[in-house]
Amino acid sequence: MVEKVDSHRSADGTQSDMTADNPSARLDAWFDREILPLEALLMQYLEHNWRNRSDLPDLRQEVYVRVYQAAIENIPEKPRQFLLATARNLLIDRVRHEQVVPIESAADLETLGVALDAPGPERIVIARDELRRLQAALDRLSPRCREVVVLARIEGLSRGEISQRLGITEVTVSSYLTQGICALADILHGEPANIRRST
Amino acid sequence: MIHARAIEAIAAEWIARRHFGVWEEADQAELDAWLTQDIAHRVAFVRLNSSWQRTGRLVALRSTSPEAPHKAGDKSWVRGFFPRVAAGLAMMALLGAGGAYFAFAEHTTTYSTTIGGREILRLADGSQIELNTDTVLRVSDRRDRREVWLDKGEAYFRITHDSTRPFTVTAQGQRIVDLGTEFVVRQEPDRVRVAVYEGHVRVGADAKRSPVLNAGDIAVATQHGVSVARNAAPKAKTNLAWRRGMLVFDNVTLGDAAAEFNRYNHQQIVIADPAVATLKVAGTFPINGTVGFSNLTRHVLGLRVETQGQVISISH
Repeated sequence: MVEKVDSHRSADGTQSDMTADNPSARLDAWFDREILPLEALLMQYLEHNWRNRSDLPDLRQEVYVRVYQAAIENIPEKPRQFLLATARNLLIDRVRHEQVVPIESAADLETLGVALDAPGPERIVIARDELRRLQAALDRLSPRCREVVVLARIEGLSRGEISQRLGITEVTVSSYLTQGICALADILHGEPANIRRST
Repeated sequence: MIHARAIEAIAAEWIARRHFGVWEEADQAELDAWLTQDIAHRVAFVRLNSSWQRTGRLVALRSTSPEAPHKAGDKSWVRGFFPRVAAGLAMMALLGAGGAYFAFAEHTTTYSTTIGGREILRLADGSQIELNTDTVLRVSDRRDRREVWLDKGEAYFRITHDSTRPFTVTAQGQRIVDLGTEFVVRQEPDRVRVAVYEGHVRVGADAKRSPVLNAGDIAVATQHGVSVARNAAPKAKTNLAWRRGMLVFDNVTLGDAAAEFNRYNHQQIVIADPAVATLKVAGTFPINGTVGFSNLTRHVLGLRVETQGQVISISH
């Protein structure tokens, strides 16, 4: 069987690319549909309550792992509350775990209950124009990275063709593409839909 | 806990591999095995895959002219998105604050150029590295260390000084430690040549006994030791011409000039006769000007130039 697994997702964007009989598929789809759209909220919450920004990707991963793990047993009914409660518990664990309590974090932890009830940025109107948002995300990649993503994703060129066109090796092409995949995830999941719109 | 960025990088490699490659059941099985290894793997993959699938909608922006689907010049949208820079030179914000990052399982990222290729990397600290033709460079992903390995070819470095984190280039076991500066490292058979344009650099296999080079100095390091030519500034400058896409020869032998052209081009100049190879030449040529250069030797030096496929033979 030879195919490019690009189009397994249905047009509404909710179907995972895992095969349907895979027991993880439903969970992946739930995670994609319910949790990932809350990433901007989660990141804002973590940023607000944790001093060291370089910890954020690790904290985000840990929150996701805990949420997914819990969902295996029982899919949470209120994803937003559950996600933020998980984040809150994680931060408390971290503060306890680290012998030296970061003062700023300790102060903010007291206000966490308030933060939980505050309206989240996901309330902000979802960008009417998904294409424009995707374009804006692309625009923020480094030039060479964007070039590779455009040629691979939009123009559908092969690795060899991109390598020839840009005068870089196929290994470097892959390197740019993986870089682009990661950066696009940070931009598309992690940032509120409205703030990066180009004018 | 393994760093999230490292897991993410592997997940992204899976997506890239699936995108580019022939994807068979064995590949899917391998991916499934990785996904079931750790929930962290699964959430990273689902997250990256989700946004990657979304970008599929961008295909709507693809040029509609079916007869020339691969000509970027025909695509106003593509052209608008990344203005082309002359001669394939592209400035890149590599480790930008905006979240572009690289972290691979092996903790280095490899950049390479093909013959005639050239590439500029810009690091998070503002440092700039320019890869010359046919070059392989690995960059450490560690944030607390600034270290690169020149495995092949030649690269120009302009390094932002940071005394707490020295910048180190390793080539053929020689360590070039920057003390805040601008320099070029070039691999030649059995030796490494380092030319310094600004600031100071320490060169050598043994850190304690390594000589310090100043601006204008050129060092040649072999496994037997390091020799330094002081105040060789004019020569050092001509060594940088490749960054402008040029080769500058100042009283070099025809053999050396030919070897220099051969580094950048698939078409190779061959000079069998030592009497011809030792003739001296001078001049400035575009890097891809093999044919023009050869013809000039015919007109100026009265030599015979024969072209057979990819080989240009110059003889009496």
